[in-house]
Amino acid sequence: MWTGERMSELIPVIDEGEIALSAAEIAEIDAEIAHVPYRAAVAIDALKIVQAHRGWVSDESLRAIARHLHMSAAELDGIATFYNLIFRQPVGDKVILLCNSISCWIKGCDSLQLAISKQLGVGLGGTTADNRFTLLPVTCLGACDKAPVLMVGEDLHEDVDTQTLRALFQGEGGGV
Amino acid sequence: MSLDLPLTRNVRPDRSPTDLIAYEANGGYQGMKAAIGKLSPPDCLQIIKDSNLRGRGGAGFPTGMKWSFVPMDEAAAAGHKYLICNADEMEPGTFKDRLLLECDPHQLIEGMICAAFTIQADVAYIFIRAEYHLAAKLLREAIAACYDKGYLGKDILGSGYHLDMQVHSSAGRYICGEETALISSLEGKRANPRAKPPFPQVSGLWGRPTIVNNVETLCNIHHIIERGADWFQALGLTEDAGTKLYGVSGRVKNPGCWELPIGTTVREIIEHHAGGMADGYQMRGFLPGGGSTDFLTNDHLDLAMDYGTIGKAGSRMGTGTMIILDDKTCPVGFVKNLMEFFARESCGFCTPCRDGLPWSAQVLDDIENGRGTPEDMDTLARQVEFIGAIGNTHCALAPGAMEPLQSAMRYFREDFQRHIDGSACPFCDGGAP
Repeated sequence: MWTGERMSELIPVIDEGEIALSAAEIAEIDAEIAHVPYRAAVAIDALKIVQAHRGWVSDESLRAIARHLHMSAAELDGIATFYNLIFRQPVGDKVILLCNSISCWIKGCDSLQLAISKQLGVGLGGTTADNRFTLLPVTCLGACDKAPVLMVGEDLHEDVDTQTLRALFQGEGGGV
Repeated sequence: MSLDLPLTRNVRPDRSPTDLIAYEANGGYQGMKAAIGKLSPPDCLQIIKDSNLRGRGGAGFPTGMKWSFVPMDEAAAAGHKYLICNADEMEPGTFKDRLLLECDPHQLIEGMICAAFTIQADVAYIFIRAEYHLAAKLLREAIAACYDKGYLGKDILGSGYHLDMQVHSSAGRYICGEETALISSLEGKRANPRAKPPFPQVSGLWGRPTIVNNVETLCNIHHIIERGADWFQALGLTEDAGTKLYGVSGRVKNPGCWELPIGTTVREIIEHHAGGMADGYQMRGFLPGGGSTDFLTNDHLDLAMDYGTIGKAGSRMGTGTMIILDDKTCPVGFVKNLMEFFARESCGFCTPCRDGLPWSAQVLDDIENGRGTPEDMDTLARQVEFIGAIGNTHCALAPGAMEPLQSAMRYFREDFQRHIDGSACPFCDGGAP
């Protein structure tokens, strides 16, 4: 759901500021490398590991991972930007994954999205001003009998209604 | 007479997971012991072939035949062979594998050990979608318990057979569920599907022989090996064998997922198990097995839900999880939602998919929002013909995306026409969806 404006923000900016991966990140990445025939094979795992430590994958992080995996930053960015759960720009403390696939659509996920956007003051792809939440759409979450559903962080919420939203996002924005 | 429902026998009403002790107390790991202790890999393959088990991921390909293409000679045995469980459940409207993963992780692991033994794979992966955090955690715990018990690792049960198993948590994207895209992703690449041949059975992960099977398929394997092909055949009500996890979502009284004999009628699943339509709603049609299957209608309620019968009716059983279209939901909006999903999830490699699906979505958006013209119907028909043709793209994503569209244009043509004639959606207030 990237708009034209957002797309341009994703083009990496080349600068000279380089960072090093932490010892913990390197240890976790190397543990993955032990299972595979060549280093670049753990590209997605390495992106997920660094994202788990830092919240997102910055250009500097991306280049540091690429150096560690002996691959080009361009190739790694091609992989990073392919996967919707690798974040190439900062996200809030918790990511809201709102299912907008067919069963949730039938049960009103569009109005749910409007309600969330109103309460949090952000559209799809946006992060709240206090940096607590980022709202993203996601493919069918595999809980269609409990539609509409969404995830906040790692937690799945089923049969979501305005009451659920009020409880989940208390103190955020203007309220529903 | 109570039904024999092997896949969900350990599924508890509160959906709490079954651990190793409870699993074994209920007869677990007997199929694995029979396979590794008493049978040879060719014996196991023959049993699975005889059972007539067909892949439960959506395509329905005979599992035994798929496995029979794996080279079993000494040259193949000299290197790695892989078994991959496809737990990347993302087909719109599909919520069956989550149940098996979260409620009975050991059932999947036992099925995988038997499958891996049959093809003599030495490494097995469970490729699971990133959002299934609980399932991934339970599987990792269950795998660790199996290593402790000697069911995984070196020299399993003193047989000389080695198998390592690990969970790979993905990073999103629907296309990873396509088996060759899944292999690309497991290799750390963009999940672009590969042209076939070569088939993964011969050249898959890292160029080695690889089998990719769906969660539900693998959960059947040890039951069949333990209880026999005849038992499995007898479970089905029609020409197909075994049980099937069927689901219903949409505006029904009791949406859910149930294990039933394969070949149970659509009517029994919707009216009995799902409780019929919710108050105030009538059924107009349904997708039998996920977002990339053709609509069927009230005329098809008495069909058996099996591969052949649903196929002859012009659709596919797919994943077996139905999505109901009710009389208050706009068929054009329904198809537009699916088309926007498939356009978003295209990997972008093949032109008809990358450029064609957003075009279809745009035309549907125009019709839904009252900007449609009579020529738009011809445009959609041409798109169905070209994008829907197998062979114009590497994988089945784009042809699958055309299935609900082409059948909606057949069964709900008057709804498209009303949008175009009235320059608005007749189902929405003020034309807004």
